[in-house]
Amino acid sequence: MKYIDEFREPELISKTAEEIRRLADPGRHYRMMEVCGGHTHAIYRFGLKGLLPPNIELVHGPGCPVCVLPMGRIDDGLSMAADGNVIFTAFGDMMRVPGTHGSPLEHKARGADIRIVYSPADALKLARANPGRHVMFFAIGFETTAPSTALTLMRAKAEGIRNFSVFCNHVTIIPAIRAILDSPDMRIDAFIGPGHVSTVIGCRPYEWIARHEGKPIVVSGFEPLDVLQSVVMLLRQLQRGEAKVENQYRRVVSWDGNRAALKAMAEVFTLRSYFEWRGMGFISQSALALNDAYADWDAEKRFSIPGIRVTDPKAAQCGEVLKGVLKPAQCKLFGNECTPERPVGALMVSSEGACAAYYLYEHRKNMLVAIPA
Amino acid sequence: MCLAIPGKIISLGDDPAHSALIDVVGVRRRVDVSLVEPDGIGPGDWVLIHVGFAMSKLREQDAIDQLRMLTVLGETEAAMEEVRGYSADVDDPQPKEHSSP
Amino acid sequence: MAAASTKVRFRDAQIEMAHGAGGKASRRLIEGLFAPILFGSSSEPLGDAAHISMNGTRLAITADSFVVSPLIFPGGSIGELAVNGTVNDLAVSGARAETLVVTFVLEAGLPTEVLETEVRAMGRAASAAGVAIAGGDTKVVEHGKADRMYITTAGVGRLIPGVQCSARSARPGDVVLLSGPIGDHGITILLARGELDLEADLCSDTRPVLPMVEALAEAAAPGLRWMRDPTRGGVATALNEFARDCGLGVFLYEDQVPVRDAVRGACELLGLDPLHIANEGQFLAVVAPEYGNRALKSLQRTEGGYGARIIGEVREQPACAVLASTTYGGTRIVDMLVGDPLPRIC
Repeated sequence: MKYIDEFREPELISKTAEEIRRLADPGRHYRMMEVCGGHTHAIYRFGLKGLLPPNIELVHGPGCPVCVLPMGRIDDGLSMAADGNVIFTAFGDMMRVPGTHGSPLEHKARGADIRIVYSPADALKLARANPGRHVMFFAIGFETTAPSTALTLMRAKAEGIRNFSVFCNHVTIIPAIRAILDSPDMRIDAFIGPGHVSTVIGCRPYEWIARHEGKPIVVSGFEPLDVLQSVVMLLRQLQRGEAKVENQYRRVVSWDGNRAALKAMAEVFTLRSYFEWRGMGFISQSALALNDAYADWDAEKRFSIPGIRVTDPKAAQCGEVLKGVLKPAQCKLFGNECTPERPVGALMVSSEGACAAYYLYEHRKNMLVAIPA
Repeated sequence: MCLAIPGKIISLGDDPAHSALIDVVGVRRRVDVSLVEPDGIGPGDWVLIHVGFAMSKLREQDAIDQLRMLTVLGETEAAMEEVRGYSADVDDPQPKEHSSP
Repeated sequence: MAAASTKVRFRDAQIEMAHGAGGKASRRLIEGLFAPILFGSSSEPLGDAAHISMNGTRLAITADSFVVSPLIFPGGSIGELAVNGTVNDLAVSGARAETLVVTFVLEAGLPTEVLETEVRAMGRAASAAGVAIAGGDTKVVEHGKADRMYITTAGVGRLIPGVQCSARSARPGDVVLLSGPIGDHGITILLARGELDLEADLCSDTRPVLPMVEALAEAAAPGLRWMRDPTRGGVATALNEFARDCGLGVFLYEDQVPVRDAVRGACELLGLDPLHIANEGQFLAVVAPEYGNRALKSLQRTEGGYGARIIGEVREQPACAVLASTTYGGTRIVDMLVGDPLPRIC
């Protein structure tokens, strides 16, 4: 596959891993946070941790839009599905996320009309094809996905499609990174920056991380060579005592981002003054809502939602794992009460959450089971 | 948020407007290309696809440059300096803007 | 070598789609509800078919049900799946299918033409596989109570001489073979449903694997430890079940697993793992190392088996788990899914 296989080339990967081992100062312990859940997934899927020397620790950041969605919001979305006239649409990622009374798949098993879509455009298509029903699209994702929702809403408005609404749960990445950096027990040395969010927002929004916080950040692609090369670039900066924004993912990301995407977002969305992030609390100006021009397509205005806040049990230590203070396996609930099948906290809910990824891909490597003779 | 994949444009379409037929090793789908049309796209171009929308036009030269940089890892500093002269400067925080063909 | 065993209790309040997907939830239902009540105190791991003795003759018997939408898809239809699936269950348990019985649950309103098409497909598939369909039953339910047509089968066959498969006979160093490229069936069905708007030149791989199993048996019967057809849940599920049943680990050479380009492309686009996708015309075999190459060659020389590969080996650790490794040394645990694989965007 072009643009994929070249970046999985074994010899180059070995070479880059070798360079990392050469560059890493054995007297130093490096903590690098990959912000985006897609990177967490890539790191585990390609077994990249095993290629790094033991003194480079990868800390998994909060960039998983499914994980950080509070359970109350899932309940709100599902409450709309209770209306028999509504077709509830969402990405596959949402389907197993537990609400207070079950996940969307479980609601579907009980008769709700819940359908997986690959694209918000498919949800709009459903609305066109079913004029007698109302199609609600449960929108999630960071800035990577928000422009697609925006374009879809612009299309709905232009075509006068009234039986369509969006339940907007788009969140923005910069406030999340800021929250990580502001926390007093923060111990991150450098950041592997979100590659696909950056195709939209560009690299400029990260400059304050380098300038004011003094942390290097490299915007990275998702193939093994991309992540490894980003680690090389971060090590070089750390070695030289530098802190800059660098773009490793040049074949896709441009410094200024995608103007058309930003324009579409500005046309449709407004910033909420605050939004709750599961495992991180309330963060100001960190999420999007439909603006007044699109009020007619705003599911929160069309439907009256319970809006009840559901908190995670105190025993769930998601916040500490998110900031890198604890490793997933160190949370008391990990693997016992909290598993991917029965997630208690945010990071177990989706396969790219730090705890779920670790559980699914890694931790059994370390469990040596004694075999009776 | 992050699952996006490169695909090749086979043809541009009128129905629906702003759409293109893309191919990913033999799998074909219509995607919305509104976000990359300003860059100028046509059949044969590669774009990054996320939830049925093209997000960015892939720049082959940057891919080649990146791979070349990795190929020479581990060689002498002098050789690396030479390579840096050819490709976009790694140490420059304001990389040169690549004009789209 | 005893298998690591954990007591399984089925605690779910209601049945979900996941319980039929062939993954962890299915296993919990079978081991936690059906097995304790129906299967008695047998400590044998559950396999695709049961081996029974009647008047001194050893037979294999299996039953299966087929629920698929759409009924007809590129490469096959539900009727073919039903026949081939049953033949394959018997084949991978080391038996030659001889006779099938078939039942239909039909939805009122189903056009006769559709039913006839499937019945003819079953006839053709049975002929091609060399099995007889001896009889069956039909029920018709109200419109809306069955997804057009459900087919259930039961099949009986005679054991292939010399073949004695059991996960527990596996030893570290054994070699894992796969008969051909994976993911074709599952992705074909996913695309055929039309909800994802993807098109590809793919078709289901449904076919009887018996000819390949017989070739394998001829070449390597004394060293043949275990076989399974990786249907729902894919190769990942089948190998995880094997690992749990024998208490050993499977080390998978990820880059050796054959996957067609179009399957790869669809999986990359949708965020799916080919190892979790259903197959209807492939099988896995574990053989003793000294038989490895002989076994591989025998498959590759059989019609339809040229895509066979050695994809891994059995190791002591990680016990009861499957570890996949890439050529550059990256490793990850390959788990079985809870339910059906779902497309993702993150």
